[in-house]
Amino acid sequence: MADQEYSDNKQSSDLESDSDIDPAEMHRETNSSDNSELASELDNILDEIDSALESNAEEFVKSYVQKGGQ
Amino acid sequence: MAISKICGIETEYAIIQHGVLEQNPVYASSILVNSYAQHHKIADDTGVAASVHWDFQDETPGNDARGVAPIGSMPPIVESHLVNAVLTNGARFYVDHAHPELSTPECANALEVTRYDKSGEIILRKAMDYVNATLPDGEEIVVYKDNSDGKGNSYGCHENYLMDRATPFGEIVSYATAHFVTRQIYTGSGKIGCEIPGVDPEATPYQLTQRADFFEEEVGLETTLKRPIINTRDEPHADATKYRRLHVICGDANMSETATFLKIGSTALILAMVEDDYFSKRWLFDNPIAAMRQVSHDLSLKVPLKLKDGSSITALEIQWEMLNKAKQYTENGGDEFTGGPVAHTVIALWERVLSGLESDPNSLHREIDWVAKKLLLEKYAERKNISFFDNRIRSLAVQYHDIREGKSIVDKLGLKKIVTTEESQSGVATPPTSTRAYFRGMCLQKWPESIISANWDSILFKLDDSNVKRIPILEPMYGSASDIDNLINNAETPIELIAALELD
Repeated sequence: MADQEYSDNKQSSDLESDSDIDPAEMHRETNSSDNSELASELDNILDEIDSALESNAEEFVKSYVQKGGQ
Repeated sequence: MAISKICGIETEYAIIQHGVLEQNPVYASSILVNSYAQHHKIADDTGVAASVHWDFQDETPGNDARGVAPIGSMPPIVESHLVNAVLTNGARFYVDHAHPELSTPECANALEVTRYDKSGEIILRKAMDYVNATLPDGEEIVVYKDNSDGKGNSYGCHENYLMDRATPFGEIVSYATAHFVTRQIYTGSGKIGCEIPGVDPEATPYQLTQRADFFEEEVGLETTLKRPIINTRDEPHADATKYRRLHVICGDANMSETATFLKIGSTALILAMVEDDYFSKRWLFDNPIAAMRQVSHDLSLKVPLKLKDGSSITALEIQWEMLNKAKQYTENGGDEFTGGPVAHTVIALWERVLSGLESDPNSLHREIDWVAKKLLLEKYAERKNISFFDNRIRSLAVQYHDIREGKSIVDKLGLKKIVTTEESQSGVATPPTSTRAYFRGMCLQKWPESIISANWDSILFKLDDSNVKRIPILEPMYGSASDIDNLINNAETPIELIAALELD
């Protein structure tokens, strides 16, 4: 039942589209241009949150105390 | 003989209330869960079954799988006075100790678990919205899906797997330990520093997992102190003569859907292979606790682990051997117990992830949490020329576990999705169709006013003013849509349902 349910949605998930790729093939894809693309993506994310981190980090880290759980 | 690996995840979220002088996490967790539980009066998209209570009758967390609990072991206490909501998707949303906790419904495979884990995040997001709307200006409750505050306090993300009672517990211990120690290379969510008592916290700038530092025993009943790699809680929430529930407490909560999927999928395969006595080789560590920590602290993934027989092997090598065995197993009928086509997807992904870890872990930056987080932190450290112990980096590391829309770093990082938005959204109120969670969820949807309480293995119906009836649901595999849709659809009242069930 569940398998049926999910198989209908295959096309919309990243996992399914990737699972047919040969592992070796997949590593040929991760080249240096991918790395520089990642670097600029990370830069963009960090630009967005940089000022919040600069102003709040110390207080936030100090207050981030949890009770031990399971 | 293997049985279907019915499985699920329970996640304890970290909780912070901003704008108050003193933190009271029990109170904050209670108003968070309560706000959600009460919201069904305003909108019916919460999946909350109004006025239905969680039933504690069958909770026995003190039972030990080894028979008698050793003197001095400390089973967790069941706190029934705190808030509990039973959801129409078959899940439970409640306060456990000082954390809000979401237990997914029982699922038939790793893909379903991943879906309901994401539905759980949606539930927590909505709960934050609802509770924050009631708080004074300047106050805000925020939850994080992590397992450590970086100050020595840990809280869990537990997995559960249905197992055949006939399988010797010692066999489970042997193979599950080998898997739990070595799967950390792809299940870890990444952590700054070291939290092993007595060890310099700054001895380790970054490690693979949040949880490894907190494990001090190989096997045991505790979950909050002296945590064991293999937990022996013997509380099957099912027919105890046939089943056990392996309660796994050593995993990290994952932000990455890929990691959740692979964590559950690989473990289900390993456990089914144990039941089928499929392994021809054991990997017995000289010191499992040391091995667990060593794997988590080894970012090179290359330091060999010492085995009892004097040989040594890396975590990655053990994972390759396990994968190759699992591949053979699924090709020879083992997929029947591990999700059918989902098992084959698990195998393909498992292979791809191990290949990536072997050749270039950074290539998995959209799939594996510890990789994605590490690259982000490294980039920020480089930009600011600061160490990993700078508060800005520490703060960023916590933000990685923020599930709020618009704030989620994981969304910004573009981590790969396995379930669609529609699937996770519909999972908030709709149960999986393939286990008894379907029966629970559909009864809660159809007759909430006639149900006094529910729990994993029973539903208590109020038939009229003087009669109640408890319907046991002791078979986790029975109660799926194909089993009971006709019964539910044809019954107008719980009395008709019960009559039909008794004839069935």
